[in-house]
Amino acid sequence: MAAEITIKVNERSWKVAASADTPLLYVLANELHLQGPRFGCGLAQCGSCSVLVNGVETRSCVTPVAAVRGKSVTTLEGLPAWYAARQKLSVTPALHPVQQAMIDEQAVQCGYCYNGMIVKASELLAKNPRPTDAEIRTAMKGHLCRCGTYPRVIKAIRRASKAMSGGAA
Amino acid sequence: MNFPRREFLKAGGALIVGFNLSEALFGQSHLDPVSRPPVPGPPDAKMVDTWLAIHADNTATIFIGFAELGQGNSTALLQVAAEELDMDMSRLKTVRLDTSITPNQGGTYSSASIQRGGPQVRTAAAEARLALLQMASKKLDAPIEGLTVSNGVVSAGNGKSVTYGELTGDRPLHIPFTGKAPLKPFTQYKVVGTGVPRNDIPDKVAGKYVYMQHVRVPDMLHVRVVRPRGQRAYGAGAKVVSIDESSIRGIPGARVLRRNDFIGVAAENEWDAVHAARQLKVTWETPPALPGNRGMHDAMRASKTTDRVVLEKGNAAAAMVGAAHVVSQSYRGPYQMHGPFGPNCAIADVKPDSALVICSTQDVYGTRTGIARILGLAVDKVRVQYYEGSGTYGHSCYDDVAQSAAILSQLAGKPVRLQFMRWDEHGWDNYGPAHVGEIRAAVDAAGRIVAYEYDGWQHNWSLVETAEQLALNRAPAAWPGAAAQGVSANHLGGIYYVPNLRLINHQVPGGDWFKGGWLRSPLDLSLAFASEQTIDELARLSGIDSYEFRRRNIVNERWLGVLDAAAKASNWKPRVAGSNISKSRIVTGRGIGLGTHLASYGGAVAEIEVNRETGQVVAKHMYGAIDAGLAVNPAFIENQIGGQLVQTASRMFKEEVTFNETGVTSLDWNSYPILRFDECPEVTAVVVQRLDQRSSGAGEEVMAAAAGAIANAFFDATGVRMREYPLTPKRVLAALRG
Ligand code: FES
Ligand code: FES
Repeated sequence: MAAEITIKVNERSWKVAASADTPLLYVLANELHLQGPRFGCGLAQCGSCSVLVNGVETRSCVTPVAAVRGKSVTTLEGLPAWYAARQKLSVTPALHPVQQAMIDEQAVQCGYCYNGMIVKASELLAKNPRPTDAEIRTAMKGHLCRCGTYPRVIKAIRRASKAMSGGAA
Repeated sequence: MNFPRREFLKAGGALIVGFNLSEALFGQSHLDPVSRPPVPGPPDAKMVDTWLAIHADNTATIFIGFAELGQGNSTALLQVAAEELDMDMSRLKTVRLDTSITPNQGGTYSSASIQRGGPQVRTAAAEARLALLQMASKKLDAPIEGLTVSNGVVSAGNGKSVTYGELTGDRPLHIPFTGKAPLKPFTQYKVVGTGVPRNDIPDKVAGKYVYMQHVRVPDMLHVRVVRPRGQRAYGAGAKVVSIDESSIRGIPGARVLRRNDFIGVAAENEWDAVHAARQLKVTWETPPALPGNRGMHDAMRASKTTDRVVLEKGNAAAAMVGAAHVVSQSYRGPYQMHGPFGPNCAIADVKPDSALVICSTQDVYGTRTGIARILGLAVDKVRVQYYEGSGTYGHSCYDDVAQSAAILSQLAGKPVRLQFMRWDEHGWDNYGPAHVGEIRAAVDAAGRIVAYEYDGWQHNWSLVETAEQLALNRAPAAWPGAAAQGVSANHLGGIYYVPNLRLINHQVPGGDWFKGGWLRSPLDLSLAFASEQTIDELARLSGIDSYEFRRRNIVNERWLGVLDAAAKASNWKPRVAGSNISKSRIVTGRGIGLGTHLASYGGAVAEIEVNRETGQVVAKHMYGAIDAGLAVNPAFIENQIGGQLVQTASRMFKEEVTFNETGVTSLDWNSYPILRFDECPEVTAVVVQRLDQRSSGAGEEVMAAAAGAIANAFFDATGVRMREYPLTPKRVLAALRG
């Protein structure tokens, strides 16, 4: 039965009416009208619905909304602010460096999988600012891309890593 | 039309976010707003105004009839228009496909948006430019010959100038599309042929791009289809024995919608609809038994087929006799699926006398015809609008989902949003059909191919979608015509000079098998797997390097161009295939291949690694070259080549639709694995630019070449020929053990 639940998404609190077992994804898409996390499999197999929960990449399609009570959810839309807060930047950039790198590399094809790609890559670079190619491949392997853009995603992550550590992109 | 969330974000704090659908209107993106009133389509293709509009602020809207599928064509076609109009790209925009707005250019098939669409857009733009120059000549009181245009500003020798926008002031041009206006010679191209960045990427990475899956309309219900998990034989469909409606009684507002064997559920809340679809108890009739994957190829090979001679010249059988070397082999390819990353989704609002359907079809006009037929409405009472979903790679479930949504909206009497679940999309796809190929080819003592015979078995694509089959009891039917469904002379005999050739297509009855559809580079991977391995085998028997052997037998310059480009990119060193096999646990090999789908030319090299103990094969580096004539935007083609190489690796190593006696068992990404990051090859893309040649497709043309290259690399590494793909560890170990 639907109940009122308060969740924190992109640094704001929201009261939503949903049954406790409703996957977070449906709340984010239908109640908050966010367009980052999106349905891909509903089975935690593809990464289409990924969000950060307390900074950890999480599949919102299998996470009941009640499970994120008291935690902080960040979606694709909130990544620039999340990044700015972590890096203690005075101004929030328009895009997270990973997003910018995806543009610079023209990595995207259909782009549907890029929510997950960007969320996961942001998590990776927060934990490991200078990953090797092998580390990138291992970290990203739970995220599928049916259009086959993996090689450019790897390049973009490398580029973002450089940009974030102050090196020339 | 704002998303309510924008206001909430501004307001901040804790707010109750309920459903306020009257505010949650169509999503928007860089494609909106539409700049002209809708008409019952298609708009008149013989008027230039159908194709473009010049606005008072000196910008222009180009109305393009092709779907953006993530390949960049919405940008590339604007490049074509910008070039002819002499306007900067920043002044041009396009709109979404809509049967009431955009012209009918045929579907976005066969990688043809640039091939077919380029000339139409180019000609319309040239025609508009000529009309604008005539207007300017009057206005500036200067002869037309002396006028020059730069970024939409027309200047005369007398120092006066005027903008396109001032000339038209938002009024239509009212001129016919004659196709006679002079076109700019390619030597003067400034925008075409350059790597302008894609206009959709910034929104896509920021989460601002509105995919089909994001669209909501006021007052809609969420619906789901209820079908057996995994399709049965196409001819068997799915027959309902009984439904227990009480099984979903506990779910708030959920109800069953039914028309014959077509079943859906509806609820106001999406999760309730998902729940109801899972929980609804339906008893289905037991379908006739299928042979399962193991028996499939033999059963197809043995079925009663409709045979057709695709091409015959000389006398292949006679030429085999006494040839220096003859190769005779049989090859097999699996069913493979489109598997769009986001399952298809559609919104339908069906009223008694009209319907609006929003979906991700590759062909808004084709989809409209089917929906009108199913709803019993006149075609011009149905409006179909396109929103991009995730990449579709051919005829995935987009028609099925659109038709299903229309049926469910009609039943519910309300607008509905239908999202296919992962198992709906995987289980009820129009798969790329499985294939059996038998090939015989011969070479003379000088290493020249003298004879070639190919017999291919597969069924056609299916014509009637599942929605229509179940709801209207329509008999399944095979897609007529379309050469791409069968043995193709483009590969077999089109690439190499072969004096004696015989190609036979054996069409297997489709009703006994699964639904078929065009899957990116239809059938070509299977054809190349057989044919390019045979070419390699002939090379080896002749003691000639695989690249050199192809050069010797190649049929024309353009094939030679991509062959050389791929070989050069990979730094190919001459060596007979399989002549350097190591004994170690992990062995490496390289292979080369050529192939196409329809009109363009593809060449590829693959470098792979085989683990003899585990049977695991990975591509380390793949090189692909495409000659697609005039490359309007070479950067997009490079990206397309990269995607094709990775997808080919996925299809050659992993992808295979599995089924048991009842039906399909590939229902998610675990039961239908695809290539992942850790197995992904490096890719090198080469675009062979031909400014003086007509543009042709570039979205699928290197896949066959890459499939051949991978198979040949496997032989080079192991000395063993694979007769069936995908090259899964199990299959590889069995082959290595002999
Ligand atoms: S949609 Fe959640 S992992 Fe696929
Ligand atoms: S870009 Fe299309 S699925 Fe990744």
